[in-house]
Amino acid sequence: MVDKLFIILSVVTLVSAALVVVNKNAVNAAMFFMLSLVGTAGLFVLLNAYLLAFVLILVYAGAVVSLFLFIIMLLDTRPEAQKSFKKMTVAASLLGGLLLFTGVLSLMTHFVPATAGAKGHVLPPVGASLKGYAEQLFTTYLLPVQVVGFLLLIAMLGVIVLSKRFENKEAAS
Amino acid sequence: MIALWSNLHPALQMLLKGLAVILVIFPIAGASSLAERKVSAWIQGRPGPNRAIPIWFAWVPVIGPMLQKLGVFHLMSDGVKMLFKEDALPGHVNKPYFILAPILAMIPAFTTVTVVPFGAYLDAAGRTIPLMLANVDVGILAVFAVGSLGVYSLIIAGWASNSKYPFLGGVRASAQLISYELSMTLSVLPVFLWVNAPGTAGSLSLARVVEFQSQPGFWGGTWFIFLMPVSAFVFLVSLYAETNRQPFDMAECDADLVGGFHTEYGAFKWSLFFVAEYSHMVVGSAVFTLLFLGGWNPLPWVPLSDVAVWLHLADAPILLGLLSIAIFLGKVLCSIFVFMWVRWTIPRFRYDQVMKLGWQRLLPLAIANLIVYALIIAWLQPKN
Repeated sequence: MVDKLFIILSVVTLVSAALVVVNKNAVNAAMFFMLSLVGTAGLFVLLNAYLLAFVLILVYAGAVVSLFLFIIMLLDTRPEAQKSFKKMTVAASLLGGLLLFTGVLSLMTHFVPATAGAKGHVLPPVGASLKGYAEQLFTTYLLPVQVVGFLLLIAMLGVIVLSKRFENKEAAS
Repeated sequence: MIALWSNLHPALQMLLKGLAVILVIFPIAGASSLAERKVSAWIQGRPGPNRAIPIWFAWVPVIGPMLQKLGVFHLMSDGVKMLFKEDALPGHVNKPYFILAPILAMIPAFTTVTVVPFGAYLDAAGRTIPLMLANVDVGILAVFAVGSLGVYSLIIAGWASNSKYPFLGGVRASAQLISYELSMTLSVLPVFLWVNAPGTAGSLSLARVVEFQSQPGFWGGTWFIFLMPVSAFVFLVSLYAETNRQPFDMAECDADLVGGFHTEYGAFKWSLFFVAEYSHMVVGSAVFTLLFLGGWNPLPWVPLSDVAVWLHLADAPILLGLLSIAIFLGKVLCSIFVFMWVRWTIPRFRYDQVMKLGWQRLLPLAIANLIVYALIIAWLQPKN
């Protein structure tokens, strides 16, 4: 049962993720993105991580994708002919793909899955209960959380700088 | 009867339970639309719908004219009209999304019900067992997560209609719903900080909140509306905004956007949006009742278990369960009445006023409220 559900959910997630990239209509792409997120949330539920599943739905499907749709509708993008890629983009994506491939390959060859119950050692289900999750977030993973928060702050500042028109300066120069 | 029930497949049992709950919510949502007309009529000093009556009902002596005065038959004929009207599909719309939107409106409205407890009974050991479809640990988070998906129906409807007024309605709806979701989530946090004492396994279950409000003693039996009036106020205002009710009807705006996101819809598709709005109201009122009005406890400082002892119902779980459901539904209906009262009393806001209220008034208020209660809770908790 769980195996079948896992296969169904991962197929839904992957196919809709691929459709996000391939689709030319921006609204379709956003809707498939949401479907992919719902599939991911389903995978979390299969892992008994209900908290993560609902947080994913709440933050991404509930807020982020609807903001995407809001922007898409405001800009009113029409599906248009694909522009040819720059050389730099092609090189970067090739490098990225190569790195991903190497990562997956090394994971497949070197990673030994901890067999549950063999040594009585099972990874604690961090995402299952609210308390366990919060405790890990504020103790073990405190530094990564802070770093990610800082990165998001930088991104936000960058958006403000890029989108704000500095009218006084332009008038002066 | 009970043996037959427990022999059924668990999945079938769950399906039947879910259907039973929906069969209660659907008529309440329908009756709310009638109540809305009557309440608006009373507030504006007019009789409201009181004419329609089938010919054979007019012969029934007392009940017939009474039902006619209450306008019950207007509701029925309205429903029949919606079903039999031609379901026109305008030529300029994006068809798949146009048809998808009303369905998307219904799904979150009915899915959130699964984690909302609606009653309780006492088991043999005298413990209160909540009645609900799925007692999950994440309770309120699930309500917020699934409820937040409701915005898609408005956005998709506005976009797929492919004309100006629905489009503006959809854009306004998405901005409004996202803005008020923040204050709503923040306003609920103090309640859960208060409920989950340090050292215990934390839970976001709504049943746990009601359990907390039915403890003995003065502080145990206090409903959260007395303990946290600011939270209750912010939650209620955000709830009005989230359900797109006037004075926050930016998605519809009959005054300036014709019908907003559902301008191009007619017949049954339109009525699905209508029922979804009222179902959201029912579920929202239920959550408000659970969080701030003590759930199925009849009065503040009077928990359900005391009532069971007075009425000698402790050994009759079915009767007690029905009583608790009746108390809970009564509170929900009162809360729905307040929804209507507000709608027909307060003038509607302009769009910029809605945004200003959300971001510059409610959000700071909710954050300040959270910090104050966090400090109070830290001060109250036993020092070691």
